[in-house]
Amino acid sequence: MIDFILARYNYWIVIILMLTGLYIVYSRGNLVKTVIGLNVFQTSVFIFYITLGKVVGGTAPILLGAHSAGHGGPSARGATGGDHGDGHGADGHDTGGHGEDHAADPHQAASSHEAPVHADVQHGTPLTEEEALEVLSGQMSNSLEPNAAGDVSGQSDVPAESLHDFSEIDASNSLTPQMPDTHEPAPVDPGITITPGGHETAADQQAVLDAGHEAMTHAAEVVYSNPLPHVLILTAIVVGVATTAVGLALAVRIREAYGTIEEDALERMDNEAATGSPTGEGGKA
Amino acid sequence: MNIIEQLPVLPVVLPLVAAPICVLLPKGNLPWAFATFISVLTFILSLMLLREVHAVGVIEYQLGNWPSPYGIIYRIDMVSALIITLVSGIAATVFPYAKQSVAREIAHQQTSFFYGMMLITFAGLLGVVATGDAFNVFVFLEISSLSTYTLVAMGARQDRRALTAAFTYLVLGTIGATFFVIGLGLLYAATGTLNMIDLHERLVGMDNKVVRAGFAFIITGFGLKLAMFPLHRWLPDAYTFAPSAVTSFLAATATKVAVYVMLRFVFTVFGFSFVFLDVALTFFIILGLAGMFIASLVAVFRDDVKQMLAYSSVAQIGYMLVGISFATVEGVSAALVHVFNHALMKAALFMAVGAVFYAIGSHRISAFRGLGKTMPFTAACFVVAGLSLVGVPFTGGFVSKYLLIDGAFSAVLDVPSLVIVLMIVASSLLAVAYIGRVVYEMYLAEPVEGVKVDRVPLGMLIPLGFMTAANVYAGLDAEGLTTYARRAADILLGVGMAE
Repeated sequence: MIDFILARYNYWIVIILMLTGLYIVYSRGNLVKTVIGLNVFQTSVFIFYITLGKVVGGTAPILLGAHSAGHGGPSARGATGGDHGDGHGADGHDTGGHGEDHAADPHQAASSHEAPVHADVQHGTPLTEEEALEVLSGQMSNSLEPNAAGDVSGQSDVPAESLHDFSEIDASNSLTPQMPDTHEPAPVDPGITITPGGHETAADQQAVLDAGHEAMTHAAEVVYSNPLPHVLILTAIVVGVATTAVGLALAVRIREAYGTIEEDALERMDNEAATGSPTGEGGKA
Repeated sequence: MNIIEQLPVLPVVLPLVAAPICVLLPKGNLPWAFATFISVLTFILSLMLLREVHAVGVIEYQLGNWPSPYGIIYRIDMVSALIITLVSGIAATVFPYAKQSVAREIAHQQTSFFYGMMLITFAGLLGVVATGDAFNVFVFLEISSLSTYTLVAMGARQDRRALTAAFTYLVLGTIGATFFVIGLGLLYAATGTLNMIDLHERLVGMDNKVVRAGFAFIITGFGLKLAMFPLHRWLPDAYTFAPSAVTSFLAATATKVAVYVMLRFVFTVFGFSFVFLDVALTFFIILGLAGMFIASLVAVFRDDVKQMLAYSSVAQIGYMLVGISFATVEGVSAALVHVFNHALMKAALFMAVGAVFYAIGSHRISAFRGLGKTMPFTAACFVVAGLSLVGVPFTGGFVSKYLLIDGAFSAVLDVPSLVIVLMIVASSLLAVAYIGRVVYEMYLAEPVEGVKVDRVPLGMLIPLGFMTAANVYAGLDAEGLTTYARRAADILLGVGMAE
């Protein structure tokens, strides 16, 4: 039982944060606190998505082995993409320990969008299944759960049963993030690799392709986390920041117009404006 | 570049790109002229799109040429083409109307921001409808919602309660959107895809707690966004205190787009193979009927006409939910026809209220006294649109209610058909009561002496008259719309029943 709960600690964090956030929104009368509650609520969703994308033993979804390829490229694109590449490289350091590889070329970074996914498809499933079984057999090396589908259903099932069918679900419908149907081993499709850049010469394209192939052969040996949920949640974070900004701006305007940001006082004033009585129509005194 | 090839994406991109340009324009009439031009252009594009869809069937557009399940695609079928045409048609009527109304209700230095925000809302709503990617729905939904919050708050110049209304809307709207994202996350965990068609294919035969929880989160999230009866708290205040032009636009489009997304998820994404769907449909019918009756009842006792109409909107959403809950071609096409007709009538009604507000400076029912004599044209338009709301023959409202009742009799339901029909009739009678109250004040009460009635400019009256005429036209020649809606319903239900 304890194992069952601990093994899914990240989901517990999500649930606790979610309910805390909602509770703050409903119970607090201060507008700023309401906005804070909304933020806590949204943060729980961010963590939920990040949990979905995590693959046990997987590194950050940055194409490894791009270092040499990046410098082999015919142009100085690496210079323009320097910040980008460095940032990603640092990520690799932290999470994967494969720090010697830097994705210094922006086009590498672009093609790495594709590569890790394929790596997942080909190698993710068997490996994480093993990992999952390890987790189940008690080796709780505080890694995040590999598979949300099995996991979430596991949470709500009877523990023993869910532990039992955990690996089953795992193998059947998980960890094949967005292209589970395409198991072809040669995913460096010229169209896909080049589209993000959009305007290279033929020579450049060839160089990128070569680099891509090289990187792919390397990448196939590495397990990556699923990049898509991270991308999605970046979008959601932007939306969350915008919502907070608008909410706080409204709070400022309300303060200017009413002189208070306490909901009770606001409601009293609004009721007075509507009906002439502080309690509103049919309200008890 | 062939314009036909780019057609699915143009109605979304055009207002989205135009919005920042609009903000940069000098304040005054220029932003209005620009926004109106864009809205008309978008309307023309969507008419072309509708014709194209009518001829070809389904159009898919791959953004950035990324192939279907991996990249984001825009997928326009009859349903989306219909709603896109509706939204851009309403915009092309409301934007010309907005000029004088906004000049009176919004501070001069805010005009360019106002029209910029209107364009962003417009783009967001169109994007929600056009896209075939579930997460993209969320993004566009929030694009339109965030700009809507600011638009509602702009009513603060008339009444500071617009600010609190906007804040409530923001909190509830954000919770709704976040619920939707949670639901999407669960679906993604279960299927590994976000493309709607792909989602549907993978969800077939899948019925576990993850999918069910995802479904529940999505439906609740959109229930909040479309003001489904017990989740409607944000709507009346937001619509009451927003500037008139904003209310006319939102009442006719925002909730309709949310209804569209609900239809998409219920039928296209989940479909009939999803066992849990029945539970949701039962909920729809109960909440729809309750909303129809209770919200209408509340509307009868409102003294503010705008608020009365806002509550009536909640009730009308109930009709649409009931239509959806039949899950038959008749029911869903009735819901779609009602989406259309309700948009026309509410746009006309709120425009009429906006005209009264322009002339008298109030939208309380006392301001309507004797308007039949002092503002005959506006009063007449209000009456015609009001009759359409009630569902009198020869108006659009009659057609949709007729179809809905027809659908109720032909569907096999948990609730006896007769009860549903009686509820529809009862709710319509309540509509007679609240519209009748206003009509009584307008025609039978004497004008109040000494109230200054400003002349309403033609720029407002022509769109109002046009919208009212559209209501009558929808009642006289319902053939075209009904055929389109039926085809759309066929597509929606067909995707679900294919397996």
